Amino acid sequence: MALQKFAHIAGGLLPLLHEVQASLGHIPKDTVAAIASGMGLSRAEVHGVISFYHDFHDQPRGQTCIQVCRAEACQAMGSRVLEQHVKARLGIDYGGTTADGRFSLEPVYCLGNCACSPSVRIADKVYARVNAERFDTLLEDL
Amino acid sequence: MSNVSRIFIPSDTTACALGADAVADEVDVQARLRKLDVEIVRSGSRGAYWLEPLLEVETDGARVAFGPLAATDVEGLFDAGFPGSCEHDLCLGKVTDIEWLASQQRLTFARAGVADPLSLTAYKDQGGYAGLQKALEMSAADIVAAVTDSGLRGRGGAAFPTGIKWQTVLDEKAPQKYVVCNADEGDSGTFADRLLMEADPFQLLEGMTICGLAVGATQGYIYLRSEYPKALLVLNKAIATASEAGLLGDDIGASGQSFHIQVRVGAGAYICGEETSLLESLEGKRGLVRFKPPLPAIEGLFGKPTVVNNVLSLAAVTTVLARGPEYYQQFGSGRSRGTLTVQLAGNIRCGGLVEIAFGASLRELVEGFGGGTASGRPIGAIQVGGPLGAYLPASQWDTPLDYEALAGIGAMLGHGGIVVFDDSVDMQEQARFAFEFCALESCGKCTPCRIGPVCGMEIIDNIEKNIDREASFELLEDLCETMDSGSLCAMGGLTPMPVRSAVEHFPAHFERPAKD
Repeated sequence: MALQKFAHIAGGLLPLLHEVQASLGHIPKDTVAAIASGMGLSRAEVHGVISFYHDFHDQPRGQTCIQVCRAEACQAMGSRVLEQHVKARLGIDYGGTTADGRFSLEPVYCLGNCACSPSVRIADKVYARVNAERFDTLLEDL
Repeated sequence: MSNVSRIFIPSDTTACALGADAVADEVDVQARLRKLDVEIVRSGSRGAYWLEPLLEVETDGARVAFGPLAATDVEGLFDAGFPGSCEHDLCLGKVTDIEWLASQQRLTFARAGVADPLSLTAYKDQGGYAGLQKALEMSAADIVAAVTDSGLRGRGGAAFPTGIKWQTVLDEKAPQKYVVCNADEGDSGTFADRLLMEADPFQLLEGMTICGLAVGATQGYIYLRSEYPKALLVLNKAIATASEAGLLGDDIGASGQSFHIQVRVGAGAYICGEETSLLESLEGKRGLVRFKPPLPAIEGLFGKPTVVNNVLSLAAVTTVLARGPEYYQQFGSGRSRGTLTVQLAGNIRCGGLVEIAFGASLRELVEGFGGGTASGRPIGAIQVGGPLGAYLPASQWDTPLDYEALAGIGAMLGHGGIVVFDDSVDMQEQARFAFEFCALESCGKCTPCRIGPVCGMEIIDNIEKNIDREASFELLEDLCETMDSGSLCAMGGLTPMPVRSAVEHFPAHFERPAKD
């Protein structure tokens, strides 16, 4: 891991954590010490940052992350019903990963797609006007 | 066939979420099958999201639009003679004649959706970089004076006069200053920053560069939320293009002046849209809100004088410089000058981005532009200004949309997000959600915001269960008062706004059973 590159970037810890997570899928607890020494920080500081942000995970997740928007614009279009369906369909709650390791489910608060709610993000792609039926189709097409 | 038809299909997040990529693929397939010479340009979106995917074709110097178009419509479109003929049920006529777009007053979003967002030539052809050109011929003080004279106020939500902020940073003597663009657009119901970054990224880069020249900063950062992966790609490409063209770097426009921009990606924390939390995050720390003073303009990023402005504020500056402060100033009402970017969202028939002068009423926007609810039911409540904004009942929909008028009714304009709910909305549920969201997103630094929303949820649960109703409402108001006056920043301070408005304007929703 090119820790050196980030140690010289002002405020480089977030970019570094993003890169670790992008390559490993999560930020394993046993990388914290190396990150801390590479960045000239304490382990507590690094752990503090990882635990502060919703995006960073210290446990492995599924191959594909599914986010359901829980914010107001999506609520106005039925996201509360959608999220119940998604949880039941995947058989997991928010924060969970399916037994086969394919999917993780996370809540998200706004994807900036609010004129065509409800919104779901699967990996880096956003889908608009998602209802239970459309969600099932999206899932089958993956 | 010698005449190449140019076909424009948006690459914007929402357009793609509605199937624009599939439409573009199918247009390509059909054109090949028929051996037609077409050029497909992936443009930005004009923000008329209810018409997306919106396809445009250039004919006789005008653009004719089709939408909303599904990939399955494309074959029929070609069968009907497209692109030579525009006879089709989904033909909307000339795009510039679409009433929804034509009746707007677009300054900042004038270019959105017209061309390939990453074409610097197209940007310049449409007036881009005229503002920077003028700024390069002006003194720093004159640039700041122009921004002050324009009456521009921060579009992120706080509405602080942009010129005064810039003047403060200009007046500071420091070896290093920064320009930080707040692109952590976290409010539900808002997407204007995203649309601008995806459709017209050079405008943001130009605005930031003008700001750098004005305050004496050589480094800019765009703090972009991680929920916007497409904007990240577009911005990084635009920065590379602008740098190659000498519009960023050590010698901007051969002036000898220097300005650099980097994009930094957030990590899913709503609180990082608060400017001091954002600065902490940019420094690589937990996004804890800072005490103010010192203001970021005096001690900001890495302790240096820093301008923190919203995407739309920085973008608006290009218009102010290119066309003069008087031009910008003539739009608006009262102390709210220029144009307002409203985002029509939620349960709305014709949702999207509307840019008009300040002063139109909420009703004109939601019923006029918005065409009422998507569900066809009556409107029940409208939340203006994001998750920390008030829920407005019908009696308040004639309020003109400007900063002061909304403050006058205990509401706020925020970043211009308008979320419409139909009459099936349960306002007790919405009030509880306001607390739930605050509990999730509070940075935890101050007690009212850390503990308050958890108590708030418990109180609302007690109200729902009819436990000590009178005492519960009293306690709820007491809690709102504490959060309002005792929180360190707007997160805890404004969470009472949606709660109080729900209780005040929708009392029947707090009488169980409310849902039937």
